[in-house]
Amino acid sequence: MRQRPVLDVSSLPDFAFGPRSTMWWGTLGFCALEGTGFAIAAGAYLYLAWLNPQWPLSAPPPALTWSSLFTVLLVASAVPNWLVQRAARRQDLRAVRLWMVVMSLIPLALMALRAAEFPALMVRWDVNAYGSIVWLLLGLHTLHLVTDAADTWVLTALMFTGHVVGKRYSDVSDNAFYWNFVVASWLPIYGLLYWAPRLA
Amino acid sequence: MNVPPRRHAIEELTDTGLDAKTLSRMLADTWGTRPGLMGALTAVDHKIIGRRYIVTAFMFLCLAGLAAVVMRVQLARPESRVVGPDLYDQLFTMHGTTMMFLFAVPVMEAFAVYLVPLMVGTRNIAFPRLNAFSYYVYLFGGLMIWVAFALNAGADTGWFAYVPLSGPENSPGKRVDLWAQMITFTEVAALAVSVEIIVTVLKLRAPGMTLDRIPLAVWSQLVTAFAVLFAMPAVMIASTMLIMDRLVGTHFFNHAEGGDALLWQHLFWFFGHPEVYIIFLPATGFVSSIVVTFSRRPIFFYVGMVAALVATAFLAFGLWVHHMFATGVPQLGSSLFTASSMLIAIPSGLQIFCWIATLWSGRPVYTTALLFVLGFLINFVAGGVTGVMLASVPLDTQVHDTYFVVAHFHYVLIGGAVFPLLGAVYYWFPKFTGRLLDERLGRWHAATAFVGFNLAFFPMHILGLMGMPRRVYTYQPEMGWGPLNMLSSVGAAIFFVSFVMLLWNVVASLRNGAVAGPNPWDAGTLEWATTSPPAPQNFDRIPVVTHREPLWAERDALPVATGLRVGVREVLVTTATDATPDIRETAPTPSIWPLISAILTAIAFIGSIFTPWAVLWGGVPVGAALIAWFWPKGDPEDY
Repeated sequence: MRQRPVLDVSSLPDFAFGPRSTMWWGTLGFCALEGTGFAIAAGAYLYLAWLNPQWPLSAPPPALTWSSLFTVLLVASAVPNWLVQRAARRQDLRAVRLWMVVMSLIPLALMALRAAEFPALMVRWDVNAYGSIVWLLLGLHTLHLVTDAADTWVLTALMFTGHVVGKRYSDVSDNAFYWNFVVASWLPIYGLLYWAPRLA
Repeated sequence: MNVPPRRHAIEELTDTGLDAKTLSRMLADTWGTRPGLMGALTAVDHKIIGRRYIVTAFMFLCLAGLAAVVMRVQLARPESRVVGPDLYDQLFTMHGTTMMFLFAVPVMEAFAVYLVPLMVGTRNIAFPRLNAFSYYVYLFGGLMIWVAFALNAGADTGWFAYVPLSGPENSPGKRVDLWAQMITFTEVAALAVSVEIIVTVLKLRAPGMTLDRIPLAVWSQLVTAFAVLFAMPAVMIASTMLIMDRLVGTHFFNHAEGGDALLWQHLFWFFGHPEVYIIFLPATGFVSSIVVTFSRRPIFFYVGMVAALVATAFLAFGLWVHHMFATGVPQLGSSLFTASSMLIAIPSGLQIFCWIATLWSGRPVYTTALLFVLGFLINFVAGGVTGVMLASVPLDTQVHDTYFVVAHFHYVLIGGAVFPLLGAVYYWFPKFTGRLLDERLGRWHAATAFVGFNLAFFPMHILGLMGMPRRVYTYQPEMGWGPLNMLSSVGAAIFFVSFVMLLWNVVASLRNGAVAGPNPWDAGTLEWATTSPPAPQNFDRIPVVTHREPLWAERDALPVATGLRVGVREVLVTTATDATPDIRETAPTPSIWPLISAILTAIAFIGSIFTPWAVLWGGVPVGAALIAWFWPKGDPEDY
């Protein structure tokens, strides 16, 4: 078919931030589907809680110490996460490196707290359905924590080696966006696992 | 410290001043897949992956179809001894599982993978390496469960694997574990494709393709991808719970320890009902494409059609409990789910009327593709009518788990999705291969399929009303079900022959079919603006869209955009609603890492059936492979 040029796109930039880039939308897609997974698992928790006359089933509610420390640190991590995102948008390599290192270390502390949290649940997964669903929810969130931590480490390595180009800043920004999802998805789970049994 | 490699002059060259031949050659070089084995294993071209997806899905159709043939031979006469009860259980489970998870959903996504980038006017799907990965994961999952079947470890608890039958006490052995892990494989694949399709449609549309100029086939794939995104996680969570109950002693479905068997049904059908629409909605897209092209006019009431797609997808999430009426749902709940189940007939009905109106007011050309669509209209309406009947609780409880239900869902799934799919095969085969399928044989195929299908499945309505339950391996002569079962089996044989005719047509036409040219049907959408089969770059210059049927509006010359680089894989990213050009993004190059990652993922998934620790020792290599996948290797596209 004959062609009739009507538009020149050569002057367009070769990367952009946020919703202008494809990677941001891909990340959003995965947040949506993983968020649905969390919602479904939380729904299963509520369904089982509603079905059983006693909840939690023959176990005390999980201890608050480690999980609350975890929650405080996780929420606090939103600040350096915001700073890394801002630095990326300014393409400020020094600041990006600094805050990426911070954001690489925070998940290590979080994982240590999480490791302490599992025994503090006061119930094993194979004791009853309550134990099973609690371990499932916590396991699901831990999976997200670990994957985004690994992603952050790789990106940090890239920002310290010879791979720094414009679109890498966009990747840093999208990674920070995903971390916000890891933070935000924890809060309802925290409320459900640790506070709902106490308030009910 | 390293610095990113400097760009060479060739990498900066844009298409602006190049003559057509040079441009086409250079782009094919940049976007091409290397010949040979390595080229095949590293391919990321959506057309190559899409073709593999389609062929693989049809292979699974063939296997599941053969399982059905054996069942129909067994059921043709009362007290038949062709297969015993254990093998029969495996056969109906493998049939349903394969048709739903390995054929119907993947084949619709396969068409999306191939067609959506072409129809929106871009050069590759978004995240093409993820696309390759998803294909391999799907393939490995399908192979796993069929190899297991060959080793007499085929799943045997039905395609929805209800607990407690599928639980650790009633189904010892590995059969159900393999089934549950097959779910994980196929859902990972389907979810990945859905994200790719969403991003391709939202961000890679040709300039000017505003929301109201998106072809209905693409709208249907977009809406379907969203439905996948919100439905499939439910079955992944459910199958994970099931396998954990079986392998590590959790109690999600164990009543004695506070679990609940109906939790499985809720989770499964929260996925399972949208699943039906995940299969049906892409088929409506095929129907719209075929109806428009062969009516020689744009669709009647485009906005209503889009609204109907969106409404159907929304309502699909509010129907799942109608699969559970027999479990004793509270009355208010029953009424609600009855109402919503009936409500979904409205957007479907609207679409039917719009297609009829388009045909009525057009100048229809009765090609084989359109004949299949006409068959669809009749069969699907029949299935829809029994669907509305089943939405009513008293009738549903009466015919629950009988052949009436079997008849109903085969009418909606085969009538509603396979007939349009077969039409789509005739319609797009020339684009895929460059050759037309034989129309004369095609008409015979369509007629045989229509007759065979109705003979096979219509008697099942009556058998169901006579009380024949589904999933029985045989029945006594006194029941009086023999003659109708024989009729049904004869119909199934005729339906099977129709697929042999299709196979023959495909094989013969690949060799000697008429050469198609770019646009054999004089269709209006962008996939017909390029060669058949399309060059690796799809389009030499990205089209600029001015109309809903761009090729009908611009008959003299296609308006195009210039200024993309030719020596580097570059795609044009546009804004989500108005499709105004926004950035030029580089696109990933071929890579072996998606295949390696998929192999390692398969090892971890299959290993976890035998030891839960495989999640850990299997997960580490997967993580390493993913890092290798994303690590820049020095291609200009990486920078």
